[in-house]
Amino acid sequence: MTVGTEFLDWVVLLATVIMLAGAVAVLLLKDYLAAVAATSVVSLGASLLFVILRAPDVALTEAAVGAGLSGVIMALSLRRLGLWRIRGSGAADSSAPDERTGDAD
Amino acid sequence: MRDYLSLLFIAGLAFLLFIIAGELDFGNAPMRVGQGINQAAPGQVGAANIVTSVVLAYRALDTLGELAILFAAATAGGLVLGRPRPDAPRDPDAGFILRTAADLLFPLLLLVGLFVIVHGHLTPGGGFQGGVILAAAFFVPLLARPGTRFRHTGFAVVEGLAGAAFIVTGLLGLIYGGDFLQPLLGPGAMGSLLSAGTLPLLYMAVGLKVGAELAGLIARLAEFEAVEP
Amino acid sequence: MSAPDMGVTLFIAAFGLVGIGVLGIVTATHLVRIVLSIVLLETGANLLLMLSGYRGGAAAPIIVNGVLPDAMVDPVPQALVLTAIVIGVAVQAFMMTLVLRVYRAYRTLDIRELRTCIERDLAREAGIPLPTSEDAPLTPLVNEPGVGGGGP
Repeated sequence: MTVGTEFLDWVVLLATVIMLAGAVAVLLLKDYLAAVAATSVVSLGASLLFVILRAPDVALTEAAVGAGLSGVIMALSLRRLGLWRIRGSGAADSSAPDERTGDAD
Repeated sequence: MRDYLSLLFIAGLAFLLFIIAGELDFGNAPMRVGQGINQAAPGQVGAANIVTSVVLAYRALDTLGELAILFAAATAGGLVLGRPRPDAPRDPDAGFILRTAADLLFPLLLLVGLFVIVHGHLTPGGGFQGGVILAAAFFVPLLARPGTRFRHTGFAVVEGLAGAAFIVTGLLGLIYGGDFLQPLLGPGAMGSLLSAGTLPLLYMAVGLKVGAELAGLIARLAEFEAVEP
Repeated sequence: MSAPDMGVTLFIAAFGLVGIGVLGIVTATHLVRIVLSIVLLETGANLLLMLSGYRGGAAAPIIVNGVLPDAMVDPVPQALVLTAIVIGVAVQAFMMTLVLRVYRAYRTLDIRELRTCIERDLAREAGIPLPTSEDAPLTPLVNEPGVGGGGP
């Protein structure tokens, strides 16, 4: 390995700090869309740790599933539940911020 | 008050777990079974990706169990959500950038997903990763144009046939090889696309099943009306 | 100053995620936050499972160009975690379908209000009156969890 173990220790420490900060943010954030984004951050940090643990298969699965599909499922459900709040966006697209009940149906 | 008690409980739990972790030997895994698999798998199964040979040859029954769990979750999700009304109002189409990007992404995601599935026994990847990418490929156009009718019957047929293909290949292994899900057709030349016997076929079945299942489930989520008229 | 050993940091990460997930499940009052805490718990458990197969100085269990590395990490926990991650996303999708149905039926996602509504509906279906007490008489759609006498 060309990378020294000292460097890997720092990378693991950085990934751990990001993951734990994201996990605490999931519990404390008021906005649910931001909480879903924090969950994706935790999954990406875990994916980085899986690469360092010499498991590329698992890292690929965690990145595709945790950051991709799981985030899409959660965000879609939040839209259906009416918890999709985009602050300050008055754009004329379908994600209007003033929907309080379900979706545009 | 309940929050402080919960914090105390979590602190106690973490303390217990750390005592246990102190006894664990990180970096020196015992690897009793893993050592044998690492030595025997390249010769016996012939896949360059040893994790694939564990998933599809040595522990193939666990993969069958996972497919069953996925099927149960997707079916239960479809049952819980129910069928949308045919005349339900839909969200308007997304903007021009999103629609064009979705049209461009669809063939690319399809290609990347199939590539990851087909090369599962050579490089990191395989049926589950490629299946997730395929599900995303079928779902991104639905995000851009929410009004399109999603053909659930086609996906259900693909999912059922792929699952049946997995089990049929396993039964052929039982008939010709002696064990259920025994890899047939010999190891082959390591590193080439046509190696590792029936493993690429099994992964193809797994990938198509997972992709069709997840795409159908997310499409049902997207069509669900949370507000009853 | 040097960073702590990789093993210590990884164990802190895995147990920290498990702990924060459990804390979230116990203290959260909104259904969506409970689901997100279950997701965190699953990620932490998968990370913990992966730590059991690591061997220091070994290579990934993939053979490149026909060269067999002399030491490889354990492939069995990797196969198990692969399965677990995909099962996790299927369970998450199913949990969100349940949350959506609950929202359609009751129009609220706060578990305290939901507890009162569901108890009321169950009592009405079964035809029995809700248990009340003289100290805390039943008022419509209260928010305190003590009313209703349900107990633990």
